[in-house]
Amino acid sequence: MSEPLLQVERLAKRFGGIVATDDVALEVAKGELHAIIGPNGAGKTTLIAQLSGQLRPDSGRIRFGGDDITALPMYRRSRLGLARSFQITSLFLDFSALDNVALAVQAHAGHSFHFWRDARAEPELRQPARAALERVGLSNRAELPASALSHGEHRLIELAMALAASPRMLLLDEPMAGLGPEESARMVDMLRALKGELTILLVEHDMEAVFALADRITVLVYGRVIASGPPAAIRANDDVRQAYLGEAEAVHG
Amino acid sequence: MMPALNLRTVVIVALLAALVLLPVYTGLTGNRFLVTLFTRILILALAAVSLNLILGYGGMMSFGHAAYLGIGGYAVGILAHEGIVSGFVQWPVALLASALFALVIGALSLRTRGVYFIMITLAFAQMAYYVASGLSRYGGDDGLTVYKRSQFFAPLDLANKTQFYYLCLALLLAAIYFVWRLTNSRFGLVVQGSRSNDLRMRAIGFPTNRYRLVCFVIAGTMCGLAGALLANHTEFVSPAMMYWTRSGDLIIMVVLGGMGSPFGPLIGAAALLVLEEALSGITEYWQIILGPLLLLVVLFAHGGIDGLLRLARRKVPA
Amino acid sequence: MTLFIEQCLNGLQFGLLLFLLAAGLTLVFGIMDLVNLAHGSLYMVGAYFAATFSAWTHSFVLGAVLALLATLIVGMAVEVIVMRRLYGRDHLDHVLGTFGLILFFDEAVRLIWGPEGLSLPLPSWLNTSLQILPDFQYSAYRFSIIVVSLAVAGFLYGLVMRTRVGMLIRAGASNREMVGALGVNIKLLYTLVFGLGAALAGLAGLMQAPILTVQIGMGESIIIIAFVVTVIGGIGSIRGAFVAAIMVGFIDTLGRSYLPDLLRLLLSKEAAATAAPALSSMLIYLLMAVVLVVKPEGLFSAGGR
Repeated sequence: MSEPLLQVERLAKRFGGIVATDDVALEVAKGELHAIIGPNGAGKTTLIAQLSGQLRPDSGRIRFGGDDITALPMYRRSRLGLARSFQITSLFLDFSALDNVALAVQAHAGHSFHFWRDARAEPELRQPARAALERVGLSNRAELPASALSHGEHRLIELAMALAASPRMLLLDEPMAGLGPEESARMVDMLRALKGELTILLVEHDMEAVFALADRITVLVYGRVIASGPPAAIRANDDVRQAYLGEAEAVHG
Repeated sequence: MMPALNLRTVVIVALLAALVLLPVYTGLTGNRFLVTLFTRILILALAAVSLNLILGYGGMMSFGHAAYLGIGGYAVGILAHEGIVSGFVQWPVALLASALFALVIGALSLRTRGVYFIMITLAFAQMAYYVASGLSRYGGDDGLTVYKRSQFFAPLDLANKTQFYYLCLALLLAAIYFVWRLTNSRFGLVVQGSRSNDLRMRAIGFPTNRYRLVCFVIAGTMCGLAGALLANHTEFVSPAMMYWTRSGDLIIMVVLGGMGSPFGPLIGAAALLVLEEALSGITEYWQIILGPLLLLVVLFAHGGIDGLLRLARRKVPA
Repeated sequence: MTLFIEQCLNGLQFGLLLFLLAAGLTLVFGIMDLVNLAHGSLYMVGAYFAATFSAWTHSFVLGAVLALLATLIVGMAVEVIVMRRLYGRDHLDHVLGTFGLILFFDEAVRLIWGPEGLSLPLPSWLNTSLQILPDFQYSAYRFSIIVVSLAVAGFLYGLVMRTRVGMLIRAGASNREMVGALGVNIKLLYTLVFGLGAALAGLAGLMQAPILTVQIGMGESIIIIAFVVTVIGGIGSIRGAFVAAIMVGFIDTLGRSYLPDLLRLLLSKEAAATAAPALSSMLIYLLMAVVLVVKPEGLFSAGGR
């Protein structure tokens, strides 16, 4: 039985009187697509922030590929192969879509203390960037400034940036946020295609997408894990139904 | 990068041509004053180019940049006072001192953001000001006269106004070219990306503070060079060069010209100093116009003069 | 020993003047998120008004009161005409815009009052000494500065802690949007807060006028120190401004008095003579640097920002 790629042990985080993360334990196996769901305010984004290094947990441990990364700064985790996308689009709006993705490639292509050569003319940066954009279907929009693209296209650039770094694992924070039905379906297909090659931890509200994609699901309520297991087990779980699914639209099928 | 024929390109080419031909013009008309004025413009433009690197491209709002003018200037002044007049010693010392100062200040200041960064850079500049004021051996508050300009090999004579003018012009153009290449390099993209979205840069794997610090040191060093030139030009250095309001003047040049554009600082410096000359001929209270003008630029013409010229470009089909 | 007490009182007096300035600055930053470099200009304007009105009315106190009102009006006018357009913008825009205001005010003052500067003589009833201790006398005027400033500090405390307006101010400092959502007339609140800050700055300016200076550029030198105090105390916190201002007042005054002697013990006479003035001036900046390294948000930062 191989070791899980991501191991979270007894993670906890408080903000003043509010417990955002309450003794959370989690395991993601290599190649798995693991979804985290929970009502608003459950602490999902806080959890992702701690996993990516944006926030320091008060206690607990995070292991990635066997290494303890709990105290590692953000940029180091990225270098180790843990890539993150953001819930609220966080791009370089004055740069073109291609520039955005190329930067993600550049971060993993050695150091950037090169002061003279035109970085936009470097094939080792531009080609992987173009490839990633093609993967998400944005090749024909590559040269446009990011600010000129639609919200849906921004989410795709987000994904392309995460992919461009050839990560071992993706932390996706609500990639479907704000997408219409067509764009959502497109994103789901994209993620399904990635499933084999990458390990993915997915925070999402879109229940259809979650149940269509996830190998395992963890349910978070008020910062605590109340259930964790394969989709069928989660759907049948009474606690989950009561806390979450009962309030949201029922998922059929 | 083919320059298109539009208003902005025409203005910039015309400005450059005018700068190159100026000494020829003044030689014919005998108006020596113009060379002095424009040498000053070139030197301050160099300082503004260095500030534009960290402010316009890097988003680092330093209110202490004039400190490097002082450090570079005092390096030349103090060494000259002590009998060392060789430019080959003075100028490297000026650059090195500026670089070290920038390294220390940057390392301490770049841990902060926003208004705290403004305050701490300002505080460090004031410290430099007070140290210079306290140097009674080198004039203190009254300043220090530089009796002999930096000496290099013949035939280069910095006391020759025309030669000095062309030296400043060459250094300025070299600096503009260097900054242009720098901002398009890998390093430059990281610095610009950090201004645009620092969190994202760190998320994709860049230790942004490190790059910002290097950028800060480069800018400080370049401004130290401007300081050495200024000391030669005015043949005088004083703590007033470093007072925080002088940093404000540099920021005005960068913003007026257009932040984050390669020629913006030159346009801004030229516009400001020419405006100063022109208006002070009309009224000695011309600064009363400058204040509100700056405010208007901030509120309505955010891209500065360069931005306005670019707007004109969009109306002309490429 | 009496010298020490005198310097302590001087330090307290300077610190309290700084508090008046820093309080206005930190209020405006905390509530309107506005960085106002031109706060020093209001300080200058207060001093100039006081000098002029005192001369016209032949009364120090009446001149002071009129100056305070005039500065309040100027402050509110600036808020309506300029500051309103800066709210919500980048701090860089604030810094640049208010720097432009500094240039404008300096020239306007030069235009109206000339480049020379003015003087504000003390009336005879204030120009005396008080017997504080058996063998120690202190300037009555400086003492009255301390009393007035403490009274104003007490008034501010009462205003912020115990009135509805104060509650809005405290709420605004920690959550701007909420206060707006509560239906409070934000525009009016902002104008009043800015006016209050202006009045405090003007008061500081007019009180120091008889003992220090009334000249163009006086705002530029004090505003930096006021910002240092604000940063040390924590932006948005009046309590922090008070503590930091007193600290800075003491350190600066006592430092300037005793540092030269201290240095002479440690260094050669010439080195001490060179280093003393520079180091004395630098003390408060060093203090700020230390605070920023240890606690970057300042000693008492306000709200959950």
